[in-house]
Amino acid sequence: MKRRTFLTLPKDGGPVLSEQEAHHLVDRILTASGADETSVALSGTRRVNSRYAVNRITTAGESVNLIAAITARFGRRSATLSINEFDNGSLLEAVGAVGRMARLAPDDPEWMPLLGPQEYGTSGGWHESTAGLDAERRAAVAASAIEQAEAANGDITASGFMDVRAGARALGNSAGLFAYHPATSVSYSLTARTGDGTGSGWAGVGHRDWSRVDSDAMHVTAIEKAIRSRRPRSLEPGKYPVILGPEAVADLVGLLVRALDARAADEGRSAFSAPDGTKLGERVVGERVTLRSDPIAMGGAPFRVSDGFPARLTPWIENGVLRNLAYSRFWAQEKGREPISLSSSFRMEGGEGTLEDLIASTERAVLVTRLWYIRSVDPRTILHTGLTRDGTFWVENGQISHPVNNFRWNDSPLFVLRNLEGLGRPVRVTSGGSGDSMRETPPLRASEFNFSSISEAV
Amino acid sequence: MERRKFVRTSACAAGGLVLVRGGLASAHPPSSPGPTPSPVDAASRDVVLTALDAASAAGSDYTDARVGLYREQRASTREDRVTEVSESSSLGLGVRALVAGSWGFAATRDLTREAAAQAGREAAAIGRASAAVQPATVSLVPVESYGEVSWASALEVDPWDVPLAEKVEHLLALNEVALRNPSVSFVNSSLHFVKIEQTSATTEGTVATQTIVRTNPGMSITAVSGDRTDFQTRSASVSPAGRGWEYVLARMTPEAAERWAAEAAEKLDAASVEPGRHDLILLPSHLWLTIHESIGHPTELDRALGYEANYAGTSFLAPPEAVIGKLQFGSELVNVEGERTSVGGLASIGWDEEGVKATQWPMIRNGIFVDYQTTREQAAWISDLTGVESSHGCAHADSWANIPFQRMPNMNLLPGAEDATIDDLVAATDRGILIDGSGSYSIDQQRFNFQFGGQAFWEIRGGRKTRMLRDVAYQARTTDFWNALDMIGGPSTYEMGGSFYDGKGQPGQVNAVSHGCPVARFAGIDVLNTAR
Repeated sequence: MKRRTFLTLPKDGGPVLSEQEAHHLVDRILTASGADETSVALSGTRRVNSRYAVNRITTAGESVNLIAAITARFGRRSATLSINEFDNGSLLEAVGAVGRMARLAPDDPEWMPLLGPQEYGTSGGWHESTAGLDAERRAAVAASAIEQAEAANGDITASGFMDVRAGARALGNSAGLFAYHPATSVSYSLTARTGDGTGSGWAGVGHRDWSRVDSDAMHVTAIEKAIRSRRPRSLEPGKYPVILGPEAVADLVGLLVRALDARAADEGRSAFSAPDGTKLGERVVGERVTLRSDPIAMGGAPFRVSDGFPARLTPWIENGVLRNLAYSRFWAQEKGREPISLSSSFRMEGGEGTLEDLIASTERAVLVTRLWYIRSVDPRTILHTGLTRDGTFWVENGQISHPVNNFRWNDSPLFVLRNLEGLGRPVRVTSGGSGDSMRETPPLRASEFNFSSISEAV
Repeated sequence: MERRKFVRTSACAAGGLVLVRGGLASAHPPSSPGPTPSPVDAASRDVVLTALDAASAAGSDYTDARVGLYREQRASTREDRVTEVSESSSLGLGVRALVAGSWGFAATRDLTREAAAQAGREAAAIGRASAAVQPATVSLVPVESYGEVSWASALEVDPWDVPLAEKVEHLLALNEVALRNPSVSFVNSSLHFVKIEQTSATTEGTVATQTIVRTNPGMSITAVSGDRTDFQTRSASVSPAGRGWEYVLARMTPEAAERWAAEAAEKLDAASVEPGRHDLILLPSHLWLTIHESIGHPTELDRALGYEANYAGTSFLAPPEAVIGKLQFGSELVNVEGERTSVGGLASIGWDEEGVKATQWPMIRNGIFVDYQTTREQAAWISDLTGVESSHGCAHADSWANIPFQRMPNMNLLPGAEDATIDDLVAATDRGILIDGSGSYSIDQQRFNFQFGGQAFWEIRGGRKTRMLRDVAYQARTTDFWNALDMIGGPSTYEMGGSFYDGKGQPGQVNAVSHGCPVARFAGIDVLNTAR
């Protein structure tokens, strides 16, 4: 078989795609391409995972892949082809095919020239503690969770998942741009359930550095929450003061981040549309709310993987005022503004205390630790529906009084952040996207949250 | 093209490593109405059998492996411009090994024999690492050995045979039609095609070569009020299907685009719904999603037994001994089947990832829940309750890089015996709401409580469809809802809906699945106003 692989398997500890290999592959593709302009985005990843459920390991696996997305442009026409075969024959066939696709595509009125070489900030992101999570180490974490569950008083079953990625992204184009970033990420979460089926607790985190994760403490959190949430008491639906844990806050605020598109606002189809344009500069939420993206500080790529646009610290909301919306390069040009890249990594600033401190200062509220199955209901207000899950409690006189049933809720991050009463210290929560979106959010208390019906689910 | 080349370049590879039980000689005829199933190609067979042999030699008790070329093509437009033209292809090998009762999985894009053998050994080693920590006993129900078989989706025109320019022009022409409506400001339209050419093998003696094609057209039309204080969107009532380009031409027509645009505009001035209890008449374009979420997911057996607890959740349909043959899931009019055999069904195949032949089986009979979705591992868990000793063929992996596990088959609500029409249901309804198209959807982690929106809503008064409504969503408890089904349409109202992006599992995998259903009426469902 004359099929050859361009890449060997990674050497101990190194990324699947080294910088030298990335350079070499980008050069081969750019040389082979007959298009006016060509860009190549590479993603090389070793992904390993282990999964356990009902106190036993259920599946474990690994996959290794390298993908090149090749964009060919002829004038204002362009097309993209992504491949994972890199022998000379496949590569020539691919650049030929993407060239033909591009020639067939109609002119794009929103065409923008390729970016040339850029200055990038330095971003860490590769951690051996994560890259070295082999099958035995992962199984040991699972075994520890299962052991802790079995040792707990309450007939607990544990189910969890560890997902590890170690790889690199690279981008090169015919205008001379080259960018490369190796990174690791690990997502780990578990759910503990009581034998009677009435209690459920969860803990989860997304990080680039496994050595910063205390998995045993996560196991304790999930197990204790399961035991504590057992036999919930009935609470009628309605509007109640609410304490949202950091994970719930991240999910709600993430909805707001997704709505930060300038073009939709300018076009009159966004919660940030105003009769004469956008709400930039207006107070859109409570004055204690500050929300920023800083992908580099969180170990993310210092460039946008689609076109190499540099990642930057971007304040979205400061002291409740909408400071920025995301402008694509085209839309920025149309509006005479600087382009601003939207990042799904974000940090919401908070106060000093912990979730427990927030509870201690609360007269009465529903404590929601996790949201689930969130879907848009009305984009005009960022109104969403969803459920509570894995531990919902009634707080009274500064203490968790008892567990309550889960709810369906219909509410908007805008409403919640306008009704803000208190904030705790931001913590790292689960990652979004393909493990690349790191999120830090505080717990918060709001004066009102719309619990629209009861969910019997546990 | 990559696959052809793969065959060409590796045809020199020798076979003869066959440790497969049952032999490979007995060729079965293809089961599908598809036009030209590819024969099992020697190169792919060599790679998968090399992986099986290596895993077996490394101690695997059962192994399955697949070489697949996964191709996708997308074209997207907005108004008069193209926003995306892209294609992707991914070729690789995935191997799943069962060692001492634990699963291990390894996947590689490297298709040399050495790499295939290494993947087989790695899968076994990962299984062994799990088994060492937590001994478990997975056992599999028997399966027939089918030898070398092949299958292909039923389609008239392979989307890959249609020039991209033609696809883009079709979308832009539809956009133009929609934009003729003066209230319409924005239109997005898209096409997404998937083609999977796969050869899979099991150590039980089946080598299946299958070509699966899926087509997903979409369109979304937004009308903005003159004073910019309101906007309303109407998405197309078109589902994806396991069909080709002919499906796009039949469903994405100028007439349909004109109607959707008119309805987007009409929504701006539609009356806001009065919340409260209403009778709902749900068209197949809407009802398929309610079936998917409230019947499809809770009947996944792994989910019901806690295997998905850390992600999607568990199921109210548990434990099996308390519900199989006992639970009144819906009214007597509710009959639901699972199948992977329907022509055009998104989950239709010839053989699943475990070499189980596609089949069809009852899941809800006259309102009573009778069976779950199963794989070979799962069928044994409930065979004493169901009397079914074989898998329903629901093992699926969404790519060569992911482990096969239980995924939803096509699940259909069967039409009534009498051929009641939509008009018949409307005429029999005094006060109600007719809903077309799928909208916002959300359901809890045990599938009790759900909320669904839609695309277009009409008030029914005195047996007549009257004015358009907006801001409609309904909430219900699953079994209350299905027991409220009091009128069902006949075969002439039956249509297939479906999802292209059904998610399950960790790592997350997507699945495409169809749901056929007739129009149906549900009495006294709680409707809320989403604008208040």
